Amino acid sequence: MASRRPDHPATAQIRLDLNGEQTTVAFAPHKTLLEVLREDLGLTGTKHGCELGECGTCTVLLDGRPVLSCLVLGVACDGAEVRTVEGMADGPRLHPLQETFADLGAAQCGYCTPGFLLASKALLAANARPSRDEIKEALAGNLCRCTGYLKIYEAVELAAAKMRGDEAEPSEETLYGRP
Amino acid sequence: MLPTFAYIRAQSLDEAVRQLAADGARIHAGGTDLLGCLRDRVFHADKLVSITALPGLRGIATGRDGALRIGALTTVAEVAGNPTVRERYPGLAQAASEVASPQLRNQGTIGGNLCQRPRCWYFRGEFHCLRKGGTTCYALAGENQYHCILGGSRCYIVHPSDTAPTLLALGASVEVAGPKGRRTVSLDEFYVLPSADIQRETVLAQGEVVTHAVVPRPGTGIRSSYRKVRARGSWDFALAGVALALRFDAGRVVDGRVVLSGAAPVPWRSREAESVIVGSRLEPDVCRRAAVAAMASAVPLKRNGYKVPLFTGVIEEELGKLGRA
Repeated sequence: MASRRPDHPATAQIRLDLNGEQTTVAFAPHKTLLEVLREDLGLTGTKHGCELGECGTCTVLLDGRPVLSCLVLGVACDGAEVRTVEGMADGPRLHPLQETFADLGAAQCGYCTPGFLLASKALLAANARPSRDEIKEALAGNLCRCTGYLKIYEAVELAAAKMRGDEAEPSEETLYGRP
Repeated sequence: MLPTFAYIRAQSLDEAVRQLAADGARIHAGGTDLLGCLRDRVFHADKLVSITALPGLRGIATGRDGALRIGALTTVAEVAGNPTVRERYPGLAQAASEVASPQLRNQGTIGGNLCQRPRCWYFRGEFHCLRKGGTTCYALAGENQYHCILGGSRCYIVHPSDTAPTLLALGASVEVAGPKGRRTVSLDEFYVLPSADIQRETVLAQGEVVTHAVVPRPGTGIRSSYRKVRARGSWDFALAGVALALRFDAGRVVDGRVVLSGAAPVPWRSREAESVIVGSRLEPDVCRRAAVAAMASAVPLKRNGYKVPLFTGVIEEELGKLGRA
């Protein structure tokens, strides 16, 4: 470890509303929110991707809005509300988006999934009946190299329908492919 | 991992300016550009001075003179969604809505979007290029498919902002606070070509902070638009873009500005295109002549010659569209 200059305080301390729990955490002030979540708070659901702002896998909700946690300084989040994928389920009950992502195969390798889930959650909080284009736009900052996106869009549509209380089932084609 | 730095959250603009006047101090707001630059060692910071706690720098208001005043900390998403911007400055709303991705628009500020550093991959990578104080522009003999076709000399970056060309087309200026007091700088005079100074993109001095962007009241007959062409369907920086703000009277262009993005090291005002359209109706042949005029002095590099026909087509189409709007 390189020696610190005396004017660089060794630790910063912030308070967060983290997934509904009041949390205090101390860390080195040059750490990103992503690093604080994963390394200091042990919440490894948020994934570490490109560190450039291109892939979206580190997406969390900061005061309700999707942001890239690799480009947010932890020290800048004092007093903020942070939601990560660990906070999506309600006890043993998965969030409807988690259910439909699992049911429809919208998660394959899974590395991008937490980011997609949170970006989708923010979309559905603002728009209960998004069009396919609105879903595409809301998820434009998240890359998936497995699914080809179609199953992700369908999972968001199905979750939206479930959350509205509409009767909705995935199509046979979505589940089993074209006959 | 980011290199270490001290972090100060300024409580007043005066404090921010004082802290930022020190060598090695860097301004922090949205952080989306800054953190990438620090991580990639594009430049170094001893101290980050956050301006995010300054309340006077947030939000959009219309002044008594009808001008729009956008606080530098207003996010790009807020600009894109603002009802006044959408109604009175549709070109700006369009440009802001096409900046980066939804997450980055939630984080990035309008001040940061105007002051962001270039995206040249040699500048961002492990190359000690001219802009970083070295002796070589690696793009000149290298991979230059995304570099400039106008305004380059020794360094061939393009300015990466979408909002800057639109604000420049709309005749906007920025308010700046600094160690020597406050000043207002027209965007016409804000950006710096490599021929004037190869190591900076703006006229800002050490310690100066952009506090607001001010957009004049749109006169009657003003129409504005922004068109951005990207290499892929999803988000990206502009390969070619054109911002228009034109005033029409009885179907003719009375005055206005044509500003290109993705073309030059600064948002590039094409007076050649403007001189073709002023006084005319935007008939197809006028649009075509203006587009060709805009590219008359283009000097493509080895791999970006495609930009000349791309810009010609985009400018022609956009002029035609705004003429019919």
